[in-house]
Amino acid sequence: MDLSFTPAEEEFRDEARTWLAENVPAEPLASMDTPDGFEEHREWEHILFDAGWAVVSWPERYGGREAPLVEWLIFEEEYWASGAPGRVSSNGVSLLAPTIFDFGTPDQQDRFLRPMARGDEIWAQGWSEPDAGSDLAGIKTKAQRDGEYFVIDGQKTWCSRGAFADWFFCLVRTDPDSERHAGLSYLLVPADTEGLEARAIGRLDGEPGFAELFFDGARVHERYLLGGEGEGWAVAMATTGSERGLNLRAPGRFMAAADRLVGLYQELADSGSPDLDRRDQVVGAWMGAQAYRWQTYATEARLRGGAPIGSEASFMKVLWSELDVELHATALRLLGRDGERVDSSWMDGYVFALSGPIYAGTNEIQRNIISERVLGLPRR
Amino acid sequence: MDFSFSDDQIMFQEAVRDLLANECPPEVVRSAWENDTGRTDGLWRALAEMGVVGMTAPESAGGLGMDETDLVLLLEEAGRAALPEPLLEHTAVGIPTLAEAGGSIAEAWLEQAVAGEATLGAGADGGYAVGAATSDLVLLIGDQIRAVPVAGASLVEHQSVDWSRRLFEVDGEEVVLDADPGLAFDRAAGAAAAQCVGVAQHLLDATVEYVAQRYQFGKPVGSYQAVKHHLANAALKIEFARPTARHAAWCIAAGDPDRSRDVSLAKALASEAVDLAARTALQCHGAIGYTFEYDLHLWMKRGWALSAAWGDAAWHRNRIAAALGI
Repeated sequence: MDLSFTPAEEEFRDEARTWLAENVPAEPLASMDTPDGFEEHREWEHILFDAGWAVVSWPERYGGREAPLVEWLIFEEEYWASGAPGRVSSNGVSLLAPTIFDFGTPDQQDRFLRPMARGDEIWAQGWSEPDAGSDLAGIKTKAQRDGEYFVIDGQKTWCSRGAFADWFFCLVRTDPDSERHAGLSYLLVPADTEGLEARAIGRLDGEPGFAELFFDGARVHERYLLGGEGEGWAVAMATTGSERGLNLRAPGRFMAAADRLVGLYQELADSGSPDLDRRDQVVGAWMGAQAYRWQTYATEARLRGGAPIGSEASFMKVLWSELDVELHATALRLLGRDGERVDSSWMDGYVFALSGPIYAGTNEIQRNIISERVLGLPRR
Repeated sequence: MDFSFSDDQIMFQEAVRDLLANECPPEVVRSAWENDTGRTDGLWRALAEMGVVGMTAPESAGGLGMDETDLVLLLEEAGRAALPEPLLEHTAVGIPTLAEAGGSIAEAWLEQAVAGEATLGAGADGGYAVGAATSDLVLLIGDQIRAVPVAGASLVEHQSVDWSRRLFEVDGEEVVLDADPGLAFDRAAGAAAAQCVGVAQHLLDATVEYVAQRYQFGKPVGSYQAVKHHLANAALKIEFARPTARHAAWCIAAGDPDRSRDVSLAKALASEAVDLAARTALQCHGAIGYTFEYDLHLWMKRGWALSAAWGDAAWHRNRIAAALGI
């Protein structure tokens, strides 16, 4: 055990920090959940990619630098500490790409990974349906074989940035007589497919960051089938491991937010009377981010030793999503009557954080997973 | 950055776990509740024979030259078994502090302590030294470290909720050690954190086992979501406290500049984890857990005691605030 960073890791950190200091836009970009902001964020992804920072842990042929997981965690710490923009490509990079690496054919890997990493093709997730949320195995959208094509009919919803995305990764029912986990397939669908319409839905913050997808005889070629036909559930579950675990929300994001919260407390304490209850809430947020950090480095060591991430990923998802809510709620309490103003970014952050315990499997589902699959409690 | 333990460290942990599984069952813990000493017959000797008791001493003093990263897994095991022996006071605090102080006091006590022939106690100055009456030299840690030989000292005993923890106020002739009291305190708090994690893990494991075999309304109570989510919450607290306790051990061993802050992170989270685990364990056991006869309370009470010892969660959270400059 050596919990200091090696000279090579420190050098990597310095390089990332220096580049970010010189390149992070001075002014925040427009919200990525608006059409203009989406394109601004796409431009930022191009800049990151061209400098080799978009996907540091990926193979070089897809635009990465084959950095070990520890360096990716270091990059995330530096990235969020620098105040850099949110990652508009993260659903593709974090949720779909690990699945393509594991299940994709060489042709699919060559076709999709590099444009995804550069933000040339930005992906949205098409899993949830009006009647299948937490109960994902209840999806009904059908994709019937027609020669080399699948013909899709049905409806998806809650697709983040689905009104602007270039591609969708969808879970569909390819065996019309199947039920539940059987007979599902994982299909990659171009947004410009005929018979596919994406309609924006206003989110809690009023921005068109959600979309519904309507499929009406949309034809998708079989080369866009990811994994085997009828094996979609196993393929999809590999993706949820990434979504809940290490990939989507690294500790650096919350460490940076906790540091900003400490700064906010200092700022307000300088101009008024400090409040010890609120100070303790600030400390609690800082502690949560640090605990996530050390738990993640411990997990990294386990993964390096060959252990799978598995159901333990649910611990991480619950931790970061509830930490994020509490952290922002603390900031709003510190701000008092100014908390409702949206120019401080804390209210925006709070509204966004509230989605965390819902998306990627609600935290109730995560607690079921922890109790049944980690602790081994009886399912019924 | 490498958060993996070596094969040797894991083997040492497993050896201690096996020893305690065989030699420290609940009946043995109960014997320490009932007897005159609060200790067990022979477990300290067995641990000395394995090299555990003196492991933190330099090899030149007969120890194994090991540090907190080697000890932390054993402290977790001690908590898991509710071991009523002074692994914290003697091995985690006393020996490295004496070795650091050197001089005549170390000459007088260190080798005997490493061999398990003399027992070192430790307590917060102005607080209590657990097991002082069965110790030979007690270190009282405050703004300085006062070493008090127990022979000839005056001891005032208080009863702990955990009957194996014999609490003593200690006063007597003293030697002020040339050792860092902040480091000694952090060693104690860090060790208490690791033990809290172990106690909490046992409380969780025992409760998972119980609710899987306890039937009500024709189903195991562990199949009800209300019970599951209680246990998931306890598991979450433990999952995130454990790495911070291990990280704190490394900070102590490596002399990290943020040592005190990160020991406080560990102790605050570990105290909170064991508090929740104890609360959850009792609730999920129902009335059987509320009896003196059932073993659960041995761990609950150890958890309550360790949670408050060497700084409770609130104390450590305040110390973090100070370190953050707020």
